Amino acid sequence: MKKIYIIGMISVLLSAESCKKDSSFLDVPPKSVVTNDVVFSDPALVLSVLGDLYNRVYDFTSLDNMDTHPENADKKNVAGWTTFADFGESFPSDNSFYSIVQNRNWGYDTWSTWNYPYVRDLNLFIDNVTASTKLVAADKNRFLAEGRFLRASYYFEMVKRMGGVPLITKTLTYDNSGNVVGLQFPRSKESDIYDFVISEAEAIKGLLPSDPTEKSRATKAAALAMEARAALYAGSIAKYGASTPQVSLPGGEVGIPSSMAPGYYTKALNAAKEIISGSAGSYKLYQVLPNLSDNFAAIFLDKSSVNQESIWVEDFKALAGKVHSFTTNDQPYSVSDEASDAGRLDPSLNLVQSFEKLDNTFAPIATKDGAGNPIYYADQQDPFAGRDARLAGTVMLPHFFWKTAYIDIWGGYLLANGSIISSDDATHYATLPGTTTQIQVVGKDGPTPTGEPLRTQTGFYIRKYLDPTTGSGRRGRQSDVNFIRYRYGEVLLNAAEAAYELGQTSDAALYMNQVRARAGLTTPLTAADITFDRIVHERRAELSFEGHVLFDMKRWRIATKVWDGNPQTLTDLTSNISSATKRNTQPWGLYPYKYYNPGSPNNGKWVFREVLPSPVTGVLNFRLGNYYSQITDAIISANPKIIRQPNQ
Amino acid sequence: MKIKFHQIAIFALMLSSAACKLDNVKPPSVTLKGQLMYKGTPIGVEYNQVPFQLYQTGYKGNTPITGTFDQDGNYSVLTFNGNYKFTIPGGQGPFQWKELASGGRDTVNIALNGDQTVNIEVTPYYMIRNAQIAASGGNISAKFSIEKDITDATAKNIQTVSLFVNKTQFVSPADHAAEIDLDGAAITDPSNVSLSVAIPTFPVTQNYVYARVGIRIAGVEDMIFSPVVKVSY
Repeated sequence: MKKIYIIGMISVLLSAESCKKDSSFLDVPPKSVVTNDVVFSDPALVLSVLGDLYNRVYDFTSLDNMDTHPENADKKNVAGWTTFADFGESFPSDNSFYSIVQNRNWGYDTWSTWNYPYVRDLNLFIDNVTASTKLVAADKNRFLAEGRFLRASYYFEMVKRMGGVPLITKTLTYDNSGNVVGLQFPRSKESDIYDFVISEAEAIKGLLPSDPTEKSRATKAAALAMEARAALYAGSIAKYGASTPQVSLPGGEVGIPSSMAPGYYTKALNAAKEIISGSAGSYKLYQVLPNLSDNFAAIFLDKSSVNQESIWVEDFKALAGKVHSFTTNDQPYSVSDEASDAGRLDPSLNLVQSFEKLDNTFAPIATKDGAGNPIYYADQQDPFAGRDARLAGTVMLPHFFWKTAYIDIWGGYLLANGSIISSDDATHYATLPGTTTQIQVVGKDGPTPTGEPLRTQTGFYIRKYLDPTTGSGRRGRQSDVNFIRYRYGEVLLNAAEAAYELGQTSDAALYMNQVRARAGLTTPLTAADITFDRIVHERRAELSFEGHVLFDMKRWRIATKVWDGNPQTLTDLTSNISSATKRNTQPWGLYPYKYYNPGSPNNGKWVFREVLPSPVTGVLNFRLGNYYSQITDAIISANPKIIRQPNQ
Repeated sequence: MKIKFHQIAIFALMLSSAACKLDNVKPPSVTLKGQLMYKGTPIGVEYNQVPFQLYQTGYKGNTPITGTFDQDGNYSVLTFNGNYKFTIPGGQGPFQWKELASGGRDTVNIALNGDQTVNIEVTPYYMIRNAQIAASGGNISAKFSIEKDITDATAKNIQTVSLFVNKTQFVSPADHAAEIDLDGAAITDPSNVSLSVAIPTFPVTQNYVYARVGIRIAGVEDMIFSPVVKVSY
């Protein structure tokens, strides 16, 4: 009886189980996939989707250079410091990257980007947030504005590099018909893309928070800063594009008519003024530390709420997985945390000497007196004294104190007869004439006559972004200094340039003098002092190694003059320093030598010599076809409506 | 089973005969070559700076074969038989290339059936004629005349004329040991221009140099050159 009961129960249970409908039996919701309507009903989940989109923001210079998109796989895992090298502003002290100073040309496809998968993901995000019914209005508006901000930001990045591109603002769907004509879009006009960036920024600025402590997500100030920069770029392309009529396409895909310049400059000025007036939150120049050079360096290091200068950054966090190796790669060799990781990015003398003197004049670093005799300096830092504080804030000069020790940069002993005693390493000793003791004859940081890599080969190291935190140079820990995409200092310079171009030179002087005063240049420039050369110089002094130089030179259409393909002689180097179109085709160095002449009053003093590092065999040559990066044949084959760039 | 020598030999033979199968893709074997010409005179350009494009009609996609001209204006392409269109991209070369009324660049049709030489006829802005380069008294001096070949509304001025000297036969603005420039405005008689520069010293002494003169045309990226001359002294 009992047995029958059990069997009966089992068969009932079995048959009950099989009573489920076939369709519902197979229709099991997957556990590993979160569906759209689930994600877009919870602000925390939406934020994680948005986080991915923020991570994929494409910067020209990037401290970690980790681009997660497969389309850019070739650019991935090339160390971040390389994106700061090039353009004559620095020398790459790493033999795998000597090609930067040895290539004759930039390929036409250099700097190109065509990441429409990213655009599609941004459009999908915007669609999904729009369609969501469960998010509260405040969250929804902010997410939407952030999605549109990132999309405008990427279109800005594309138009800077490629000119007009197809403007896709909705998700496209393929209908499996075998016909793709409906998915092929022609390039928009260059001005249309800039107009899109500007109008998007205007449309979303009210939906974003006005919070100066919010740095890594979009804010009102970030939208306005993007608008100011984009409008300034468009304005200068319109104005200066007239000087290179061959860099244009008849359909306006490349080139902007000069009549549009005043309109863009006005928009740039207004957007910048909106930030300056404080309507987007209280942003101001970072003025905290008494030493102006340390203060300038600290803009990039201070992540506390005291820093009201940075507007939008790529943030990093040590010991939490998001770090970069910029400090590991570029720290001084003698104070390095890692035996063979150091000193790669060496600023050039070209850049160093461009920082002006405190009386607002320009001069090369003096190495010889009027009669052509070498100048003997008692202190290694003397030749650089009395200059713009941003010099020592951007560049590590010889005998700089870093972390725990003074860095040791000198090229050897200079004897009275003019010969030099040196060696390929500080631990390889030699004897001086008249002595028998073996001593160190070259700095631990180089520069060595044999051009040893990972030590400086220009006589300077980079200081911007270099993290003084203990352990920041170790490969295991790395650094979490953030990368500033927009900052208040640049906004002021954008305002100054736009005002200058609109003829408001006294306003331009007002904006520029704020930035200059912070750098110790306390003699204000008058309205009459503001010239195109001044604007160009000020941006170089303030914004070097922040990813501006290429795009600035492009939009002013002077890239072909600055990188003109001719070798740079010493005379070229030391003359016309204030000129915007000064040649900058080869990175020079400045080597300190210790003078050895017992009995002479100059014994033990320092002599400096300009040296072109021996690996520099190439000459930077910017061709007309480099103004707009190549759209590859594969893209054109896939979409015949795309027209080619000019001059390629 | 004991492996005998002849078994190994047969096995090796079988392996090698399997490898005898013909590759089903033939390598390109047809040479197309030629030179930049203006009325029968070759045009010198900078090495690796002036590109050309060769489109094969009827072939899938729109991807050209690209290459650049040598410094004496030569080009050569190893490819397959077929119908090609040859063109030079806009803004390249110290010469004018025919523009179509529709806005595109003209192309030269080439029906390739076996090796072929096709010279490319272009109209340069200027030509360097009668260039005579010689060594005298520690200097390299050049005498030449300049012929203006485009005189209509699209004519362009001379920015500079330069004499380049190098120790190897590659002589260009980017690769030279000595250079002397003369401003275009300072040329009084285009039919009689002379330039002179001191012979540079080389780490390894040699008793010859290579030299040529070039014209930089205002608003044009590429320079036009006279042929490279080896000057012994």
